[in-house]
Amino acid sequence: MIKVENLVKKYGELVALDGVSFELKEGEVIGILGPNGAGKTTLLRILVAFLETDSGKVEIDGLDIDQPLLQQKIKGKIGYLPENAPLYEDMTVTEYLIFVGKMQGIEANDIYEKLASVIEKCGLKEKKNVEISTLSKGYRQRVGIAQALIHNPKIVILDEPTTGLDPNQRIEIRDLIKEIGRSKTVILSSHVLSEVQSTCSRVIIINKGKIVADGTPEELENKGGKSKATIHIEVEEIRSNLLPRLEAIEGVNNIEVIESRIVIVSDLENDIRKDIARVIIEENHGLLELVRKQIDLEDVFIDLTKE
Amino acid sequence: MDKSLIIAKKELNSYFNSPLGYVVISVFLVISGWLFIQTFFIVGQASLRSFFNLLPILFMFIIPAVTMFSWAEEKKSGTVEVLMTFPVSSVKVVIAKFFSSFVFLLIMLILTSVISIMVSNVGSPDKGVIVAGYIGAIFLGSAYIAIGLWVSSVTKNQIISFLVTVSIIFVFYMVGNSLILDTMPSSVAAVGKFLSFSTHFDSILRGVISLSDILYYISVIIFFLFLNARVVGMKKWK
Repeated sequence: MIKVENLVKKYGELVALDGVSFELKEGEVIGILGPNGAGKTTLLRILVAFLETDSGKVEIDGLDIDQPLLQQKIKGKIGYLPENAPLYEDMTVTEYLIFVGKMQGIEANDIYEKLASVIEKCGLKEKKNVEISTLSKGYRQRVGIAQALIHNPKIVILDEPTTGLDPNQRIEIRDLIKEIGRSKTVILSSHVLSEVQSTCSRVIIINKGKIVADGTPEELENKGGKSKATIHIEVEEIRSNLLPRLEAIEGVNNIEVIESRIVIVSDLENDIRKDIARVIIEENHGLLELVRKQIDLEDVFIDLTKE
Repeated sequence: MDKSLIIAKKELNSYFNSPLGYVVISVFLVISGWLFIQTFFIVGQASLRSFFNLLPILFMFIIPAVTMFSWAEEKKSGTVEVLMTFPVSSVKVVIAKFFSSFVFLLIMLILTSVISIMVSNVGSPDKGVIVAGYIGAIFLGSAYIAIGLWVSSVTKNQIISFLVTVSIIFVFYMVGNSLILDTMPSSVAAVGKFLSFSTHFDSILRGVISLSDILYYISVIIFFLFLNARVVGMKKWK
């Protein structure tokens, strides 16, 4: 459905995308994950033919996006929610969606049916005659999603659909995305892991314009070492003699200090908390906290996208 | 309906959904009316000549106020990303933006017909000259619109969009001014005279609508609309 080959995009000196390649099958729901500034928005903007690439190739449903004559056809296959859901503020929800519907080439006698369907699906019934400028962030986001769906596109691309929403709104939008994903190919970007984990069948993590991981959420967790556990330790003061002693404990795979916390990676089946506690107390560092947890997607994400 | 028309309709609505449209029209009518009336009784002629003479300068400030939002606002609020990802060519979007501003210009000019009715009541002005004046005003205003839209497409900032448009129009206006032409060698002066808005506008105001004047304005309009389509078609948004 979507094929991206060796995509490169530069803004002057800054390299936003540096050789990105992936392929997407019909019906996949894929999450593009990455820290802010990783190149997520740039990638999506290229897929919707809003930005031009410097080099590389994009095919949407078998059509080359660089062919000027094909671009309108390609654009019609895609429903797109840009970052921050920009909308024409002076229109009402209904006016806006009808405008979008007409622009997407929906026939005049079909338009009210399609309008009713997306208003229903996106939960906009109460707000359909309200001016967009007065809507809350959550409703604006829904209007943005409704706008991306009204022409029943094959592909739906959503740039950070849940940013800035409160937890309830987030769950609602998440459910909506799951629902959309049943019948369409969906690409969404996010920096919230739990969201991607719960909605996407596949995750691509990008950092500094490069793909650093690509797979199902489970695969990525395994890659990070499902058989591993992390132990987070907080002490009153980390003195230089502590780390070598902790390192010497049997079963410690890796040890790191992250923001005044010590993070130890160990094997999952081998619980070494007792040994660690004993060493810290012997060294008299003032043990404040000791937590052990299985490595999850968040650890993988942090590990892959840190400097 | 053609997609250009759908966009143009939406744009035109947005002029009148906000105070902007009403403010611009009111300011235009009040100032043009006042300046015209001031000289009307002194000159003592039933002619709209002095009204039309005001337009190149008055439009220099009014038209940029109409066009400054056009692209700049879309870029600032991000809606340009929605607009340009619709299945529609950038040329059609540019034409739509031009057309909506053009209709706005027509509305403004139609409202000034009050002045011509008034003048007709107190005397018998030359109808042909009035019609020519309006035709000239439409072409002049359209050329200003094309410049304003192009400038608006290269900036996010409406104030900059306004001021740069005013400056470009001012230059186009002044190159035909005799004070400036006199200081130049005659070959350069001829070019300046040809390029100036005022030369062509004055010649239409005399009641003679020549093909060369019309072609001049149409070329300016097409040239700047072409530049505009290039800017938005390049897909180099920030």
